[in-house]
Amino acid sequence: MINLLTPEFFFTVIRVTTPILFAAMAAVICNKAGVVNIALEGIMLTAALTGVLVSGFTQSLVLGAIGGIVGGVFIAFLLAYFALYLKTDIVLGGIALNLLTVGGTVFVMFAVTGDKGATNSVRSLQFPAVNIPFIEDIPILGTVLSGHNFLTYLAILMVFLVFFLLYKTTFGLRLRAVGENPDAASSVGIDVSKVKLYALLLSGVIASFGGMYMSMAYLKLFTTNMVSGRGYIALAAAAMGQANPIGTTIASLLFGFMESVGYQLQSRGIPSQFINMVPYISTIVGLVLYSMYRQNQLKRKKEIKLHEEAKS
Amino acid sequence: MLKGLFKKGTVDQRFEVIRFAVAIFLAIVMAFILILLVSKEPFEALGYLFLGPISKFRKFGNVIETAIPLTFLGLSVSIMFSANQFNMGSSGALFIGGTIAAIVGLVLPLPFGIHPIVAMLAAGVVGGLLTSIPAIVKLKWGASELVSSLMLNFVALNLGLYLILNHFRDLTAGSLSSLPLLETVLLPTLVSGTRIHFGLIIVIIMVILAWLFLAKTKWGYALRMTGMNINFAKYSGISTAAVVLYSQFIGGFLAGMGGAVEIIGMYDRFKWQFMPSYAFDGVIVAVLAKKNPLYVPIAAVLLAYIRVGADTMSVNSDVSYEMISIIQGFIIIMIAANAFLKQYRQRMVVKEATQHD
Repeated sequence: MINLLTPEFFFTVIRVTTPILFAAMAAVICNKAGVVNIALEGIMLTAALTGVLVSGFTQSLVLGAIGGIVGGVFIAFLLAYFALYLKTDIVLGGIALNLLTVGGTVFVMFAVTGDKGATNSVRSLQFPAVNIPFIEDIPILGTVLSGHNFLTYLAILMVFLVFFLLYKTTFGLRLRAVGENPDAASSVGIDVSKVKLYALLLSGVIASFGGMYMSMAYLKLFTTNMVSGRGYIALAAAAMGQANPIGTTIASLLFGFMESVGYQLQSRGIPSQFINMVPYISTIVGLVLYSMYRQNQLKRKKEIKLHEEAKS
Repeated sequence: MLKGLFKKGTVDQRFEVIRFAVAIFLAIVMAFILILLVSKEPFEALGYLFLGPISKFRKFGNVIETAIPLTFLGLSVSIMFSANQFNMGSSGALFIGGTIAAIVGLVLPLPFGIHPIVAMLAAGVVGGLLTSIPAIVKLKWGASELVSSLMLNFVALNLGLYLILNHFRDLTAGSLSSLPLLETVLLPTLVSGTRIHFGLIIVIIMVILAWLFLAKTKWGYALRMTGMNINFAKYSGISTAAVVLYSQFIGGFLAGMGGAVEIIGMYDRFKWQFMPSYAFDGVIVAVLAKKNPLYVPIAAVLLAYIRVGADTMSVNSDVSYEMISIIQGFIIIMIAANAFLKQYRQRMVVKEATQHD
């Protein structure tokens, strides 16, 4: 276990946490607005593909990033349109969109490149790695914190941006009001559907970065179904963090940590199938532990209330 | 009063039929547009898509073969969703069910007739246990069954692959697959010239049993009540926790059994290296069938027809097979859209009312 605690290990933790963190921040916004965005997985997958394709054909990273965002937001918009205006059950709608994008991305990839497994033939661009001056010179901390991909730093910034948006802006206040009590929000003149629409679109933008991280930073190409459940893990992280940006970040780091431990075990002759299970099992365990904790808390609150009532 | 209610019911039913028809028509239009966009010979591709399955007897056989696991999955999701649980574990149950059936088919020397039954029951029980986990976690601690079941699918997939590839792998075979299964476990072919196997009879029996269970037993009644309104069910004395648990177990049992039937019916060894592409199709079958077991085989055949058509199209033209997942996702979302064509329904109701007043 000693080789777990190397700076390189913690570097890996941050690296594998990045896509989960983006998606988890997207989930935080939706949870706060009271909409369930199961489609995060599909949004990420779509953005991962469109980012690669647009950057490959335009040879411009900026246009590629815009392409990725447009692709992801398109899926978020579809979810919003069907759920908010055509009254599709939002969970079923999200499931449908995830199923649609798993095959849909392969369909588009094949139509554009002629390949089905990966976009090998596209000379797509990547987001650059960034060395942070001063910090990179600090012995251990520098190895852990510096030299990450640009998107990783954007993900960290995103946590603060989401926090600021939710708690320091009028829009954030409205968004939380809609999530907590849509009827009350509506009675003071807030357009509930519109706020939910914006929340979904915004989550589309943020999750798209997570998708692009997969294909334009973590790997250098798009491969079939490459998001492989990270959108769902992010939902678990947001639930565990009680949709608080900071708590959710901690939960995301926990999942990233477990995934990195899995990679460490790989070199110790443990069958790859078990390594592959690690992120998913730890998500279930994390979700259960959190739910137990929350139930206990609720129980205690009730007891205190009963106690006080008995006193008076 | 009663007459009025009945009339309204017929309008609703007619409206539902129209809504389904429009959704499917729009899906066909969408397939048409997608093919026009990507294909150099769109009309040939369309021909393969829609006529491929009936071009040869063998192809039509493929439709029935494909419809068998789709029916199992559709029954599975119908029963699980009927309890208003978004349990997506049927694909994991299918995969682990196939694995268990293969292992039973490899290690247990049993006589003809009994061997496949044991394989299917073992697969069903393991599948049922798998889909019970999200239900238990939800009942006991309130954790989202959707997320935990999706995570479990990945676990089931890897566990199945581990068992086969590390303990029962045929190292002499060119591709990744298990050792050949004992012949006693394999299901016989029913129709010569196709691969339609005895699983067809089994799945028909399961459809009838599932329908009897949901529509005619008190457990099925409790299940539907719980699905409609869990609080109401609780107050009327139904043990909703038990309902959630057995509904999810039965759902997983059916999916696991479907995996077993697929492996011992279609193959002579375990050959899955990934989650089969139809593993998540239980959702669309259930949505199309409105969770009614009797409609599930119809929806499954419809879907199997599209799948075989798309397969024929992808082999013979420049459009890829994956197009159908766009069409399928679109169909689910359209049919589930409650407000879709709402004005039209309004008009139908008004017309009906003014005619009879």
